[in-house]
Amino acid sequence: MLALTGVCKRYGETTALRPTNLAVDAGETVVLLGPSGCGKSTLLRVTIGLVAPDAGDVRFEGAALTPATYQSARQRMGYVIQEGGLFPHLSVRDNVMLMARHLKRDPAWMRQRVSDLTDLVHLPAGIMARYPTEISGGQRQRVSLMRALMLDPDLLLLDEPLGALDPMIRYGLQQELKAIFAKLGKTVVMVTHDIAEAAFFGDRIVLMRDGGIVQQGSMSDLAGAPVDPFVTEFINAQREPFEKLHEVLG
Amino acid sequence: MALRHMAARCAFAALCVSATPAVVSAADSEAYVEVAIGSKAFTESVILAEILTGLASSAGAHARHQRQLGGTRIVWRALLDGQVDAYPEYTGTLFREILAGDDRAGQTPLGEILASYGLRVSAPLGFNNSYALGVRRTRAAELDIERISDLQAHPALAFGFGNEFLDRGDGWPGLRDHYGLPQNNVRGLDHDLAYRAIEAGTLDVIDLYTTDAEIAYYDLLALDDDQAFFPNYDAVIVYRADLETRAPRVVAALRRLEGRIDAPTMIGMNARVKLDQARESAVAADFLSSSMDTEMAATGESAWRQFWRHTLEHLILVGMSLSAAILLAIPLGIVAARRPRTGRAILGVTGILQTIPSLALFVFMIPLLGIGGPPAVVALFLYSLLPIVQNTYAGLHDIPGPIRESAIALGLPAAARLRIVELPMATRSILAGIKTAAVINVGTATLAALIGAGGYGQPILTGIRLDNVSLILQGAVPAATLALLVQGGFGLIERRLLPRPLHGAGLTR
Repeated sequence: MLALTGVCKRYGETTALRPTNLAVDAGETVVLLGPSGCGKSTLLRVTIGLVAPDAGDVRFEGAALTPATYQSARQRMGYVIQEGGLFPHLSVRDNVMLMARHLKRDPAWMRQRVSDLTDLVHLPAGIMARYPTEISGGQRQRVSLMRALMLDPDLLLLDEPLGALDPMIRYGLQQELKAIFAKLGKTVVMVTHDIAEAAFFGDRIVLMRDGGIVQQGSMSDLAGAPVDPFVTEFINAQREPFEKLHEVLG
Repeated sequence: MALRHMAARCAFAALCVSATPAVVSAADSEAYVEVAIGSKAFTESVILAEILTGLASSAGAHARHQRQLGGTRIVWRALLDGQVDAYPEYTGTLFREILAGDDRAGQTPLGEILASYGLRVSAPLGFNNSYALGVRRTRAAELDIERISDLQAHPALAFGFGNEFLDRGDGWPGLRDHYGLPQNNVRGLDHDLAYRAIEAGTLDVIDLYTTDAEIAYYDLLALDDDQAFFPNYDAVIVYRADLETRAPRVVAALRRLEGRIDAPTMIGMNARVKLDQARESAVAADFLSSSMDTEMAATGESAWRQFWRHTLEHLILVGMSLSAAILLAIPLGIVAARRPRTGRAILGVTGILQTIPSLALFVFMIPLLGIGGPPAVVALFLYSLLPIVQNTYAGLHDIPGPIRESAIALGLPAAARLRIVELPMATRSILAGIKTAAVINVGTATLAALIGAGGYGQPILTGIRLDNVSLILQGAVPAATLALLVQGGFGLIERRLLPRPLHGAGLTR
């Protein structure tokens, strides 16, 4: 489905990504996990071609991606970022339909698709005429997901999709997102720095540090058989606050 | 007339609703000739040109007065290029200023020198309008000065000279060296404003034209040129040699003026315009009727018609230059935002254009495009580029990275990204740039009158010349109103063009 081989990226003296391999099978949900600056976002951005790697290649559905083939390949990928990346000058509907309109898809099909997706992401239909600044942050992420799903892509790339939301909304949306992924059966690559979120979504978790992959596997693999002290350190750093909470609440 | 000028003028005239009527009386024996008489931006020149225009009309020509061009060099240039066929000039100005670099000046007769430029000169019209230095009589008595050389003893006096006099070879620099004058408190200002400054006492000494009516009116003493610096400034008509073949009757009619105006007559005519507020055309008509047995049809435009003509001229100047600037500047701004290196060059060049003083830019255009509408439109066009280029660039450049990347990630090709996402998001900034350019343009276009392009600058120029505040306001108020309308208009366009969220911050929920 997706295979990155030896991709690396430097910005001047800073290494954003050391030569890295990653393979993702169809239908799998892979979570890229790690602290800020570990290269997880760069890896995702290399996949969709927003960052050109210094070396290495990206194969998507069997074909190598080049600047010439990216344009059409992107139509088979859906991309959602932290702030949603919605176009502020377009209504919610126009944001969602933008690419389908550009490709001159059948209007009846587009209407049906928007209606289906509105149901899927649990948005009220009345929201479609509003502008992104006129809806809530959680709604914006749902719209962003609708936009990513509009052309029914094979691969979903999510870069901290819930990172800007407050905890309550985030929790609710996590549940919904997981249900949606299960229902659609899409291949998903998601970036997060939150270990609980990673454990919740990921069939496979890819833990990264300093531009390279440290370990990959299920959460129990990482916790039970860490290959590096960093793995334990990273897990503990996020686990401790919860344990404190348990003690306090008895 | 050089072809390119003709083409440019035709193009402009076609767009000008106020262009001359195209009805031609082919029955006329000398066929149909068009003659353009030029004048400089001072009253005597305008009156003489009105008289010449009347004489040319009396000979059957369709005569047009290209009034009050911004300076000797501008009229001279227009004459050489054939945009003006004749204009009143002074021998001293020809020798000392226009032909100053010509080695033959002084040895060869004037007519012969001018012939080498394809020009002819008439015999003197009958009066000498020399330069002189003027002091109020009371002040002169106080200081005990009568002659220019007496000024050597008063180094602290405040001098104010017309801008031409200040720089001309036959003006202040030559005079200072000739008499060894020590003053360095010397200011340049408009000749007509100098009279008011000396009256108010802010200036002690100004330059005079000896036929100025104000000399008597303000009770000024013209200091004796005791070391004979100033040459004779005999008024003459300079005209293009081709006029003799093209319109011999017009030439004959113009030359009827030779020897017909003596100094008191000229001073009297100047006084009627400047002191009694008579119109130049009326004064010229009276002179033609009483002294030349020539009746001139009253050509006076009504005030309203004049206002509409100025409005139309102004709108055409602004409209053409601004539309052209928008058409070029937006693509340039897009290129600048896309390619940083080219962008720096584009912003640099348009920035430099902006630093050229506007009047200078108008004058730079004259050798390329002559006088009138086309050079003014080009100058205003160049002037309008920077704000639009800069704001287009800034608007595109300031689009947040995540938005730009979202458009790429959707799979939109570059052209579609520009059209659907980037330009709409930059619209607010681009419109602001166009608005700035338009407001600057409306104001700067008032200077276009100095190179004969008309517009609201025309009444302002005339008002300054005649010390007539209401005339100045007739140009200044509509120009300011137009600027405000433009600003308001763009506000409306902004509302209509921009979706809710991109209106002002106060409008978003």
